[in-house]
Amino acid sequence: MVRIQREPFDLGAEIEQLRAGDPRVGAVACFIGIVRDLNDGERIATMSLEHYPGMTEKALEDIVTHARGRWDLYDVLVVHRVGELGPTDPIVLVAVTSAHRGNAFAACEFVMDYLKTEAPFWKKEVTPTGARWVDARVSDDKARARWEAESK
Amino acid sequence: MNLTILYFAALRERVGLAREVCDVPPGITTVGALKDWIVARGAPWSEAFGDTPRVRAAVNQAMAGPETPLPDRAEVAFFPPVTGG
Repeated sequence: MVRIQREPFDLGAEIEQLRAGDPRVGAVACFIGIVRDLNDGERIATMSLEHYPGMTEKALEDIVTHARGRWDLYDVLVVHRVGELGPTDPIVLVAVTSAHRGNAFAACEFVMDYLKTEAPFWKKEVTPTGARWVDARVSDDKARARWEAESK
Repeated sequence: MNLTILYFAALRERVGLAREVCDVPPGITTVGALKDWIVARGAPWSEAFGDTPRVRAAVNQAMAGPETPLPDRAEVAFFPPVTGG
């Protein structure tokens, strides 16, 4: 399941709902991305996140479908926030349920690595010297490329 | 051919438009050709694309490359590399 929203999310409630009391679930792995107060040497006052309504949801659904094809998973949840955010605010939640931890850990990281490079979101930061669009990082492309090189 | 063209993030700000509907000449059949045609219209498009490295594109909300064909009435989006998460 994939959701784009302006509001914060409640980790406990999200995981409770994802597990849905399913007794087959032996592992839940989750990742939360958080706004930091420093990026590329500058203080971050606020940040705004833009997306491409329609395509962003589709891109995230595709990533989840790929993860489900690659590992045995019960469910995958992606919640990504848009709009105005500040340091310490959570931006993104990825949670994966499976029978065992190996698949859950791997799929969670895979979803994040693809989200970083394939899902249409753009960050604009406000710093003491003005507003700036965040540049894409080569390290994110490299993180994703690992999954292509690795044959399962 | 009739196309809806969308711009996002830094590219949207530089073009000064989020969306435009264009009638493009029949020879424009791929994403790469469309980009060249847009830039050839001059300012603000030429500056906006010139100032935005590694512009990516999507056709009907799927990632596209320069060779991706353009169906009539397609929604074509141009944007900088993504920075979510």
